[in-house]
Amino acid sequence: MTDPNSSLSHLDLETPEKPFLDANELVINMGPQHPATHGVLRVILRLDGEKVLGLECVIGYLHRGVEKIGEHRTYTMFNPYVDRMDYVAAVSNGLGYCETVEKLLNVEAPPRAQHVRVILTELNRIASHQLWLGTHALDIGAITPLFYTFRDREEILKIYEKYCGARLTTHAFRIGGLQYETYTGFEKEVKNFLTFFRPKIDEYEELLTTNRIWVERTKNVGIISAADCIAFGVTGPVLRASGVKWDLRKAQPYANYKNFEFDIPIGENGDTYDRYLVRMAEMRQSVRIIEQAVNALPEGPIMAKVPKVMKPPAGEVYHSIEAPKGELGYFIVSDGSTQPYRVRVRPPSFVNLQALDVMCRGQLVADVIAVIGTLDIVLGEVDR
Amino acid sequence: MVAKLKGNYGSGMEALTYAGQNYMVVDRSLIPEILQVLRNEEQFDYCVDITAVHYPAREKQFDVIWVLYSFARNERIRVKTQIVDGATLPSSVPIWTGANWLEREVYDMFGIKFDGHPDMKRILLPEGWKGHPLRKDYGILQQDNEWVQINLGIESGQ
Repeated sequence: MTDPNSSLSHLDLETPEKPFLDANELVINMGPQHPATHGVLRVILRLDGEKVLGLECVIGYLHRGVEKIGEHRTYTMFNPYVDRMDYVAAVSNGLGYCETVEKLLNVEAPPRAQHVRVILTELNRIASHQLWLGTHALDIGAITPLFYTFRDREEILKIYEKYCGARLTTHAFRIGGLQYETYTGFEKEVKNFLTFFRPKIDEYEELLTTNRIWVERTKNVGIISAADCIAFGVTGPVLRASGVKWDLRKAQPYANYKNFEFDIPIGENGDTYDRYLVRMAEMRQSVRIIEQAVNALPEGPIMAKVPKVMKPPAGEVYHSIEAPKGELGYFIVSDGSTQPYRVRVRPPSFVNLQALDVMCRGQLVADVIAVIGTLDIVLGEVDR
Repeated sequence: MVAKLKGNYGSGMEALTYAGQNYMVVDRSLIPEILQVLRNEEQFDYCVDITAVHYPAREKQFDVIWVLYSFARNERIRVKTQIVDGATLPSSVPIWTGANWLEREVYDMFGIKFDGHPDMKRILLPEGWKGHPLRKDYGILQQDNEWVQINLGIESGQ
């Protein structure tokens, strides 16, 4: 940083006793309406020139009071609302909610329903990572990946549309199983998608993995250590990219993930580049899981016996799943009536966003954009 | 672990299980110590969630719940305590950095303050908003009309 006084010295001005503008530290507002904040996130940056000294997030612009709404709806009626939190991974939200209520009711979805759930949830993980990759690369200046990922994501949305009529807020699952049997040709279309999609991951990687601009913009940017991740409660690909081999699908298996073989990809440096690699590898693992699930899709009922009017016995349950963004938990308190007494959602984006400050310190302003992108937040979920 | 804690704290602590999930109900006075012990001695190094539930009919109106997880033991536990309206709790930010926003959200939604929190202010609702929406006496259609009129320049947000 040059001395503000010396920069004025070429002008024929009397040197002021104090610099009239303290240029060493300035506070800049970013957002809430900013194309790179992925929604309405406001970040107040404290800068020394281009260098970030610290920042504060201001959130809540999308707050809709989902938890309050939950207390005023029956268990079944609340189900579609959860899709609207993380709207790019609506199927995962639904899975977490349905499984939590099933725990309260002490029922288990039949095997066929579990398999279809795994297929749709893993497809959703791919779709969510595709959307992340497209927008993240766009933020950093690579426009092409966006067109590639959105083109391919369309194929997943088509499967959803055929299955349940919706593309984004799918409401695919019901408490106790599924409402719809799979459509004719479902298995074939999923298999076709896998054959179609496998080379596409290579295509994305060809565009970025060794691309010099991409590497320069992401390597050693936004580093977070494993210890920091755990202290902040950061989960999902961000935690794994810092070298912690932890995935709820393995650690505390839910649905029927224990029947499938897959690896947990991890990174070493915990930087933006490693998080990119981890998510790319996760897409490949999702393909593996879907392939096993669709090949072993059992016949049978798709709905467990659940009462028409659900009145779970009084009690409290916390259940969480590995959503594309991290640990998505539901804490539901039942008082024995038809409506939950309290629904608490533990959103991964909200908790992960807290780490933005430590990840950005000492970096440049342009890197803040990269770090927001790499955290993969959805403001609908942060604010609920 | 539970037996050991029970031996140390006796009647102030009760260990329970529901639907295969372990949780303990702890006296308010023991909270700072128990959270510290769980973090340092029992390896619960990941604070998953902090939340509260409002029971207006009870004398101790609020349940406050910590959901903790241990990577080393692959185990989850919930710690629950009851407090009266207006009582405060010690902040667990010194124990788990990530408790910061979670505690702010509890304050925002229930009005429960955490002592020693570095920045105890609202998080989802705007500063200056009146009321804490997740209390049971806060209606689902209720809002801070005055705030809406002054700040948004509209008659009502409904």
